Amino acid sequence: MPFSLLKYGLRARHASFRDIPLTPELKRSYDVVVIGGGGHGLAAAYYLSNVHGIRNIAVLEKGYLAGGNTARNTTTIRSNYMTEESIRFYKEGVELFETMSRDLGFNVMFSQRGQLTLAHSEATLRSFHLRAEMGKHVGTRIEVVDVQTVKELCPHLNLDLGGQHEVIGGLWHADGGTARHDAVAWGYAKHASERGVEIHQRTEVTGFERAGDRVTHIKTNRGTTAAGQVLQAVGGLNGQVAAMAGIKLPIRCFPLQAMVTQPLKPFLHILVSSANLHTYLVQSSRGEVVIGGGSDPYQLASTRSTLDQKEHLAEGALHLFPFLHKVKLLRQWAGITDMTPDYSPIMGASPLQNYWLDCGWGTWGFKATPVAGKRMAETIASGRVPDVLRPFDLRRFDSFALLNEMGATAASH
Amino acid sequence: MKLLTCPVNGPRNITEFQYLGPVCAASAEQPEQLIESLFYAENPLGVMREWWRHTPSNTVFVAERHTVSDQILATYLPSRKPA
Ligand SMILES: Cc1cc2nc3c(=O)[nH]c(=O)nc-3n(C[C@H](O)[C@H](O)[C@H](O)COP(=O)(O)OP(=O)(O)OC[C@H]3O[C@@H](n4cnc5c(N)ncnc54)[C@H](O)[C@@H]3O)c2cc1C
Repeated sequence: MPFSLLKYGLRARHASFRDIPLTPELKRSYDVVVIGGGGHGLAAAYYLSNVHGIRNIAVLEKGYLAGGNTARNTTTIRSNYMTEESIRFYKEGVELFETMSRDLGFNVMFSQRGQLTLAHSEATLRSFHLRAEMGKHVGTRIEVVDVQTVKELCPHLNLDLGGQHEVIGGLWHADGGTARHDAVAWGYAKHASERGVEIHQRTEVTGFERAGDRVTHIKTNRGTTAAGQVLQAVGGLNGQVAAMAGIKLPIRCFPLQAMVTQPLKPFLHILVSSANLHTYLVQSSRGEVVIGGGSDPYQLASTRSTLDQKEHLAEGALHLFPFLHKVKLLRQWAGITDMTPDYSPIMGASPLQNYWLDCGWGTWGFKATPVAGKRMAETIASGRVPDVLRPFDLRRFDSFALLNEMGATAASH
Repeated sequence: MKLLTCPVNGPRNITEFQYLGPVCAASAEQPEQLIESLFYAENPLGVMREWWRHTPSNTVFVAERHTVSDQILATYLPSRKPA
């Protein structure tokens, strides 16, 4: 142990510090107000303050810091999408995760262990070839693998030979990985507040004052404040908050559920998912097996869980790994997701001059936390939407320029 | 088990039903409402009218359901909308 550390430890008086300061009083005005203190809003605040030198920023969060979908997701990080535009964008996101712990000086436990999606039919395998070729074209690590390779990558997997869900191959995405979701949000929050960004918890945006095509004031349960520029990133309720500003978004709320088992010895060294079974699994660094799947079957803006969905997840998990049958569940939960018609996000300008959208993240937005934050900050600081974000413009629905990513994985995300 | 009342077959497990989405105010028949009807579906926090299908009997009907509490308030055949 270095001597200085010992000396520090034995010192009677420690200067105490908080990573994230207590919520201050709301000021009368800010250069930028970020609505939503999830990963996306915090990442944007981080880039605005640390890269673009904008310090007079407030992040308004109605609950506690990053307690929305940032706290509820299953942390799959990947770039194996279908369209060139999406792959390019998500690839940048994966690359930012690769250096995040070092960049933030905060351990986000990024583990780039690769993702394997299983094919149980020739049709699925054909679609995997398309995705692999598009991914290679954009420069990501992705390939179609045979059953022998599947076995080597995941020796404990039930291949169901001769059965209804026989595994005939897979899509191997070596860039895929996982990270600790809370740490990502806290890391951004810490460095943003060091540069003067105010994080207001328990501060709910309840309305807007507008003058022409600009938002002038933001009303909250803790008072009203003026804003130069506004970024909206409120997760599941993006449709409702935009409506308060008079903006209509093509978004519908659906719950997405997940669960984790008790901790087990490490046995699953990759992320694995199955399109047929609508299930995916990853073992966390604590040994818990995280199990996720498809969305709830009907629209709902609630975080209640259902036995039907949980049974479905358990069924898929047991099919892939039958030896899990006596394992106990430790936690289960749901989040409200803001689903778009084409399973792609809405980023960039809104019909208002100073109101920017980082919305429609549905069931797939955790992986984009760093890249969306970085690019939205650039947009707000420069007033210009960068090329990589342009395909995600809200107006794509008016011109039928959709970015279809439905079915870009086992479940909808 | 959550129950949904089919106007023809009575209360059944909701897993017997297929969700067909909100009753859309905009009409795909009107050119100026096409985009609205395709992409901008209803998404209120409150009571919503929506299409459901009882799969075994292929009965398509309307339900009024609260999108926050998940309470189902009424179900009826489209031809017999209650007053
Ligand atoms: C079960 C589940 C599994 C998922 N798995 C994955 C995955 O494996 N990989 C992946 O990439 N994505 C996944 N996602 C999606 C991902 O979680 C989200 O897309 C992402 O976290 C969105 O981040 P955000 O910061 O935009 O939103 P959030 O983290 O939801 O933050 C938005 C914040 O806005 C606040 N807010 C809402 N209304 C107001 C208001 N009026 N005023 C002030 N604040 C307000 C909320 O309280 C919330 O904290 C999953 C989602 C769920 C639910």
